[in-house]
Amino acid sequence: MTEQAIDAQAVDAIVQRFDARPEMLVQILVAVVTEHGWVSEAVIRQLAEALNLSRAEVHGVVAYYHDFRTAPPARHIVKLCEAEACQSMGSRDLAAHARESAGKDVTVEPVYCLGNCACAPAVMVDGKTYGRVDAARFDALLGAAREARS
Amino acid sequence: MSAATIYVPRETTAVSVGADEVAVALAREARQRGTPIELRRNGSWGAGWLEPLVEVVQGEQRIAYGNVSADDVPALFDTGFLEGADHARRLGPVNEIDYLISQDRWTFWRCGLIEALSLEDFAAHQGFKALQKAWETGPDAVIEAVTASGLRGRGGAGFPTGIKWRTVADAPGDQKYVACNADEGDSGTFSDRILMEGDPFGLLESMAIAGFAVGASKGYIYLRSEYPLTHVILERALRSAREAGWLGANIKGSGFDFDIELHLGAGSYVCGEETAMLESLEGRKGIVRSKPPLPAHAGLFGKPTVVNNVVTLASVPNIVNLGGERYAGMGVNRSKGTLAFQLAGNVRRGGMVEKAFGITLRELIEGYGGGTASGRPVKAVQVGGPLGAYLAADQLDTPMDYEAFAAIGAMIGHGGIVVFDDTANMAQMARFAMEFCALESCGKCTPCRIGSTRGAEVIARIINGENRDANYDLLQELCDTMEDASLCAMGGMTPYPVRSILRHFAEDFAAGPTQ
Repeated sequence: MTEQAIDAQAVDAIVQRFDARPEMLVQILVAVVTEHGWVSEAVIRQLAEALNLSRAEVHGVVAYYHDFRTAPPARHIVKLCEAEACQSMGSRDLAAHARESAGKDVTVEPVYCLGNCACAPAVMVDGKTYGRVDAARFDALLGAAREARS
Repeated sequence: MSAATIYVPRETTAVSVGADEVAVALAREARQRGTPIELRRNGSWGAGWLEPLVEVVQGEQRIAYGNVSADDVPALFDTGFLEGADHARRLGPVNEIDYLISQDRWTFWRCGLIEALSLEDFAAHQGFKALQKAWETGPDAVIEAVTASGLRGRGGAGFPTGIKWRTVADAPGDQKYVACNADEGDSGTFSDRILMEGDPFGLLESMAIAGFAVGASKGYIYLRSEYPLTHVILERALRSAREAGWLGANIKGSGFDFDIELHLGAGSYVCGEETAMLESLEGRKGIVRSKPPLPAHAGLFGKPTVVNNVVTLASVPNIVNLGGERYAGMGVNRSKGTLAFQLAGNVRRGGMVEKAFGITLRELIEGYGGGTASGRPVKAVQVGGPLGAYLAADQLDTPMDYEAFAAIGAMIGHGGIVVFDDTANMAQMARFAMEFCALESCGKCTPCRIGSTRGAEVIARIINGENRDANYDLLQELCDTMEDASLCAMGGMTPYPVRSILRHFAEDFAAGPTQ
């Protein structure tokens, strides 16, 4: 994804989906990130105005939650589970491998539990959770993701 | 020839190891062979180690095949698995798998059994029966049954559910809420998810019962964003329930109005704390509130609110159907009923085991879990998530009982059990506990916000051998401050894992912290 502006009309459509209720700010931001990948300064300004909140309030919420990225992600998003259960199954080594080998088309983010702890280590690739992942399976998953969306 | 019925779970763990690919392969193979099959997507029985677990219906029985991959499918057809034939993957009838039949399934009994999103299947398995019974007996009888059951909050805090419901029912106010905490953030836990994916209508019914009992007309589910498949399943379940008239105004002519709004979290661990969750539901940063007021008096939007974990709520329908005494008949001491223990991490047979309280950690880890996945000796077991203590191998005979755990400085929490083998470096885990707290602290109180960062630094110094004695004392003092002065469990309990490691695994700090 190149650093292009997030379409204001699309953001407005999301706001309307939630009836412009200010108490839906978190849900609106979830939708913005799901559909557009990140939250830009322009979106923060637009949401503040549309929901009758101060920019500081919206900025505070954006900054608080890990999911609300403030820079555009790469084409693929990999979330590596680095919580205790995955650590007990070698996720530290897997994370090192993933960060080293991922490439410029992949945004790698840590996540603290995907709830797939009976089949650790777990990773999420482009929104799908995978279990029993080792370095070879990680490479295969990323390869498949690239094929599916290149 | 009538179509063979095949169950393939649509549940995160099963799907994470190929269940969708298996379902596609089954459909394709059946079409190519001209053999009609009927695919049903159930939830998981909880035996994660057997996933994908495929079942073929044979008369009254369901024949299970474990760890099936898409590549196995042609061979399965060749050997006649549609008639339940033998194959290396065949486990026998699902209701004869020891891991499953030896459990005490009270809350999760429909998980795996039914087609998760079929309202018909749900109704055929006592669905909405408890809600209808509640309408007949009235709200007080529901609260009495819950009180008599001894049910305590399964999110981790263990507060008596009946008392909470009574408080909300008695609180003045024309608008009250039920808020279901589905922000299952503890590492090593996934029972909320298994329930929501395997029995979504069961959760909706449970919330409606809670709403009826306390006089709330609106419910909220706060679901963590790390569960995208759960989100899809819950959204569909909500739509079906609404269309069928099981949510909305004047449900089935009962005069009871109840609807549910589904909210997503955004990656904040502390939003699993009830007041931070309420803040997030109101669209703000998930900053912990000071108590009092309790949410039962002034919760969501300042109104009386029942905040309960998914498993707590889902335990209620059977309490209504079968009576609180029956539930209280299971368990030990003040830990009544069952808990869904979750075997996670380095364990051979990981998964969810719903058992009555009183079972020991050893029975769970060695009996159900079959020891470590690596085959090496168990070194440490973290129970109760990232804020829970690490137990040493010589503490495995501790019975699962809230008070027994409190007595050894540990907690059961949400029932997560994460196993580590003897290659684990526990000093690293102690530092991680502080780092995690620093990362996730909401920042409202100083002991948690600052203490966690200082704690990680001090542990790093101890590991590096800098002024060990002085830093060890400083760490103990820091832990005291965090425990005594933090606003919520995030800062208040992060010292639990740290101190348990200092106590049991001091040798992992290189030459030892107190040399």
